Amino acid sequence: MPALEVEGLARHYGERKALSGVSLSLQRGRTLVVFGPNGAGKTTLLRVLATLLRPQGGSVRVLGSRLPEESWAVRGRLGLLGHEPLLYRELTARENLRFHARLHGVADERVGELLELVAMDRRSREPLKTLSRGMVQRVALARAVLHDPELLLLDEPYANLDPAAVELVAPLIGVCSGRTRVICSHDPTGGLAEADLVLGLRAGRQVLLRPAADVARAEIAELYR
Amino acid sequence: MRRTVGALLRKELLVELRTLESVPGMSLFAVTTFVVFHFALNRNVVEGDLAAGILWVTLLFAAILGVNRLFVADAEEGGFDGFLLAPVDRSAMLLAKALTLLIYLLVLELVAVPAFALLLLGPSLGHVLPGLVGVLALGDLGVAAIGTLVAALAVRTRARDLLGPLLALPLLVPIVIGGARASTPVLSMGHHAGPPSRWLLTLGLYDLVFGLIAYALFDFLLED
Amino acid sequence: MYGKGLRALSISTAAVMTAALGLVFFYAPLEAEQGFLQKIFYVHVPLAIVSLCGFVAGGIMAIQHLRTRDPAWDMRSYVAIHMSLIFGVGTLITGSIWAKGSWGHWWVWNEPTLVSFLIVFLLYATYQPLRFAIEDPERQARYASVFAITAGAFVPLNFIAVRMSTAYVHPRVLGATSNLPGPMALTFVVALAGIALLYTTLFRYELTAKHARAQLRALRRRLAGDDALVSVSRRGRSAAPTTLHPAAMMTARGAGRDGL
Repeated sequence: MPALEVEGLARHYGERKALSGVSLSLQRGRTLVVFGPNGAGKTTLLRVLATLLRPQGGSVRVLGSRLPEESWAVRGRLGLLGHEPLLYRELTARENLRFHARLHGVADERVGELLELVAMDRRSREPLKTLSRGMVQRVALARAVLHDPELLLLDEPYANLDPAAVELVAPLIGVCSGRTRVICSHDPTGGLAEADLVLGLRAGRQVLLRPAADVARAEIAELYR
Repeated sequence: MRRTVGALLRKELLVELRTLESVPGMSLFAVTTFVVFHFALNRNVVEGDLAAGILWVTLLFAAILGVNRLFVADAEEGGFDGFLLAPVDRSAMLLAKALTLLIYLLVLELVAVPAFALLLLGPSLGHVLPGLVGVLALGDLGVAAIGTLVAALAVRTRARDLLGPLLALPLLVPIVIGGARASTPVLSMGHHAGPPSRWLLTLGLYDLVFGLIAYALFDFLLED
Repeated sequence: MYGKGLRALSISTAAVMTAALGLVFFYAPLEAEQGFLQKIFYVHVPLAIVSLCGFVAGGIMAIQHLRTRDPAWDMRSYVAIHMSLIFGVGTLITGSIWAKGSWGHWWVWNEPTLVSFLIVFLLYATYQPLRFAIEDPERQARYASVFAITAGAFVPLNFIAVRMSTAYVHPRVLGATSNLPGPMALTFVVALAGIALLYTTLFRYELTAKHARAQLRALRRRLAGDDALVSVSRRGRSAAPTTLHPAAMMTARGAGRDGL
């Protein structure tokens, strides 16, 4: 059973079509990378898959469950890392992660484990507002994988991370994590290297959908023209 | 469900303890308002329906301050998404927020009622307190239910600080009516009467209806 | 679909209103205490009743909107509340005139219907600012529906609370509609029917106009391409919903066949 089955997905914002006619299928354990200029609908697509936005046309199946009727069944099995860290700045990393752990029914010990994995355990008792963006991003990442999701939805995940941090988090969100991934990327080289399947969006429309091996860098650059 | 509400409540109170955004402001506002009333009405001592009116209006406006800030942290820091992604019943947020507001109101009253007794009230606190507690409790429940619903409605709009009070005040008028009418005999000099039961009943009914409405409609405000 | 029956409705409204006016001025007897001014009662009370029913109807339509997610219900809910607000202004003005005539004051607090109406009016006056303050049309419609349902439930409860709080000492001047003598009762019923028909007609007219406008937008959009900014000559922004279901954009061709 594929991890994602999308058929003719449509989502509008008033009269403007944010997404129209998006169709794709992604097998488990594979990585889909979405390219496209700003406003193309990448974030919208990610949010629909995350069950945060209702599809308004077409059909969407995530991990076998139909959205939006069966959203509740799939929520605990996916992890989202968007532009916002989804953390409370007044609370510490530890408190934030504990809160999310309780929401997801995850044991407290896992919080400690993850903080170590992202190298944030030494500064885990300081309010997030005192930390740098890169550190907050690492905590946000920990939040996204805290409940060991099968599907990862990542919106430019490496944006605020230095190369050392990128290596650090690879086992959690990288190819070797074994999870199914959907990544929105602005980096043609890096994105292409990670991808199994490439989706190109422009103005909400699907203009490119091919296995990564068949896609050249130049074609991706074309999207942004 | 209980675990979720517990986790949310804990988070709310933790944030409030760190930032002290709501409760101190509400309490200070109430005490200052009593002073303002003294000068505005030119009275040293009030009792009966005047006392009931001053108390309820002050509590109402202080409550609005708390209502305004109830969802702001979540709206600004993406807390909604974090919660919406969790495999939990979404009504848990309504319950947790309403309980939070209720706790704020109780703390507010712990400060405001003695302050009121000290500054303006004629009858002594010991005499009015037994009758007043029940009325305040019922009023608080209604304010918590309606305040949470209105706060959720107003927080993701453009003029949230203005719309919140504008929406809340008319909806809270019946609670002010019920609360003030029920408190009037309690706060009167002379014979110490209890609050009239028909007003307690009205308050209770209002709380119940709007509690149910808030429960039914809250999910629609969270989803997208 | 929307425009049908408007002509028949308008004619019957005009007929009933004329009949009502005739009855009010020539048939209904002059009331002993208040004289001619009392006749404003035949306008004020029907306006109040129709207005309140309109608010509650708006709430019911909002429930349908949340249940079916069909923007047509949101449009109906908006128009119902909008109309009721206008009729509400009429209620308050006529009530005020009557109060001035009867009691010498432009406002009285001892009339629970008028007072509770004021509170309801103040609540619904926030409906359009609320819509205006939300950019995303889908969320705007949803939040407006939540408001309409809450406010609709508020109407009867508020009336009960205010009624209970009004001192029973003063006799109810404006309210007593239960024991009207025959001719007055007849006039009242006809006036009520007239105002109700007026509301329904104006409701249908506004709904038709909005529907036409929405279809015009959809057609213009199809011509201009999906990303174009379409305006249908409206000064500034409006709080009203402007779109039907996007599926309607696809069937804009079909609408031509149905006939507007």
